Amino acid sequence: MPGRSPWTSSIPCCENGSLPKTLAELILSRQSGRDVRAGDLVIVPISRVMVHDSVIDAVMAGLKDLGKAKVWDPSRVAVFVDHAAPAPTPVVADSHRVLREWVRAQEIQTFYDAGEGVCHQIMVEEGYCEPGTVIVGSDSHSNSYGAVGAFGAGMGATDVAVALGLGRTWLRVPESIRVEFTGSLRSGVTMKDAIMRVVREIGTDGARYACVEFHGVGGLPQGDRITLAGMTTEMGAKAGIVEGAPEAPAWLRPDPDASYLRRVHVDLSTLEPQIAIPPRVDQVSDVSDAVGIPVDIVFLGSCTNGRLVDMQQAAAVLRGRRISPRVRLEVVPSSRRQFEDAMADGTLGILSAAGAVIGSSGCGPCLGRTGGVLAGEEVCFSTANRNYKGRMGSPDASIYLGSPYVAAVAALTGVIDDPRPYLASSDADFDALVAKRRGDRGDRGAASERSGDRSRELVMAHPVADAPWVVGMDQED
Amino acid sequence: MARAWVFGDDLDTDQMVPGRYAPFMVGQDTFQNYAFYDARPGFAKEVKPGDVLVGGENFGCGSSREYAVAALKKLGVGGIVAKNFARIFFRNCINLGIPVVESADAVSLARDGDEVTLDLPAGVLRTPHGDATVRPLAPFAQEILSAGGVVAYLREHGDFPGVE
Repeated sequence: MPGRSPWTSSIPCCENGSLPKTLAELILSRQSGRDVRAGDLVIVPISRVMVHDSVIDAVMAGLKDLGKAKVWDPSRVAVFVDHAAPAPTPVVADSHRVLREWVRAQEIQTFYDAGEGVCHQIMVEEGYCEPGTVIVGSDSHSNSYGAVGAFGAGMGATDVAVALGLGRTWLRVPESIRVEFTGSLRSGVTMKDAIMRVVREIGTDGARYACVEFHGVGGLPQGDRITLAGMTTEMGAKAGIVEGAPEAPAWLRPDPDASYLRRVHVDLSTLEPQIAIPPRVDQVSDVSDAVGIPVDIVFLGSCTNGRLVDMQQAAAVLRGRRISPRVRLEVVPSSRRQFEDAMADGTLGILSAAGAVIGSSGCGPCLGRTGGVLAGEEVCFSTANRNYKGRMGSPDASIYLGSPYVAAVAALTGVIDDPRPYLASSDADFDALVAKRRGDRGDRGAASERSGDRSRELVMAHPVADAPWVVGMDQED
Repeated sequence: MARAWVFGDDLDTDQMVPGRYAPFMVGQDTFQNYAFYDARPGFAKEVKPGDVLVGGENFGCGSSREYAVAALKKLGVGGIVAKNFARIFFRNCINLGIPVVESADAVSLARDGDEVTLDLPAGVLRTPHGDATVRPLAPFAQEILSAGGVVAYLREHGDFPGVE
């Protein structure tokens, strides 16, 4: 085999003479037309490029700098306005205006404007992710496309511009980590808890440059598979691929002898609801170790957990009840399809009657740019995927991550609690549980004091052209 | 001589430029002024062209936002030395022409504010407390860096450097 490194001769071979391969090695070998293994560099064709509003300025500039007037193939480009949508400021509105003009000029048909939903949800549910191919996305959670057996890789704006100009990208074939799920989830436990358990095991950088393969869950609903694949980003992974997805082609089956960096086993049948403690996604504990932590705002949404089933899980807890008067609940469906399904079956009605703010489909407050951003010292419980300092607004706010069930109980009681007793209780016991938790919570903070953090600048649509320190914005007033 | 700015492990891109100061939120001309705005107040004002960032594990993790790297580039950061890098951040740096090199001991040798020299050909970061060895970049990345970034490389050569 030309170009092959000499040491590969000592690797055991399959019957057809090629090396036993992981899913990533299978896809990248097929797409590059070479028999490659982890560590090799490949240049591969891209089946689709995903671009969103947050990076469009830099992508357009990059394409121009490359000397390319047009993208390589407009039918293979999908553009989304979701990260700060609808536009929260005039500056963003202007960026969206330019984006729309660019989409028209490039004759890109696959365009989803503000309110249509999160790029990743639409990419998967509308069938823009061709299994077994390489997809480049301008967003770190493009790993989500592994839900249907595609190699989705998030990249920065210049990489995306290059992909748009050339229709190809370069990749280092990643090593793989094999995650094996066995057993079935108990009531009140979700695949969000399962992936958080995996993040707890592997850590935020334990899968750096690697591909995380999920085994034993190919038969799960597509939404659960998106939750798994998308959150591999939080372990530093280059891609996350669910083995055995019904959408995947027959050739996409890893060899039993394929070589893995590491194997992780999670028994779903003994799994507890999991909570990520701020400010780290891998600082995960069983919910039983976090019971009673007070919460001010609950966000149900994002590409990780903003689907119909997630809203239904919250509605199962909130049906016929009102959230705590000390809590706000914001629900952002992950796409218009999910939004309309949740309207049609009454789920959104239940959530609205419970006191939820229903936002238009998109990324919502997940990244702190629009809708329900956090003030200093506020505590948020979020079903999304990141809890870094400042992620959802003020750097002085705290973000806990978990499942829709835990989110709904937090909205109802004002504290973090195990959702399972609620789901198993009679109405009378349920109400007694809620009353006890609400009573134990108490008030937080002194309402008359401004927290004095730096989030005050958020009110400025466009800071003065000079550096912020010149205009005294660091001061309290 | 350059100043070393020393950071710890898992420095994420939200710390480099918080999402609320994305160029499309505050404008293309000003976002670099918010570099490390929460994590290291004063950084954008004090950093000098050629300064070197030094970090621990998983430098640049989190969001794929290239503007975190673009902000560092605009401020003239001359190189980044860390135990290892998050993958998207690493690519973004190579693409925009900022040398990113791994070193096991730089973060324990260099102290914040030290005068340091990043000598890439020699493969060392010189600090007042000794030299830290840095791992050479793969030839593929070196070729892109020496052209000043991937756009310049592609304009010159029309295609990626060879991989086989």
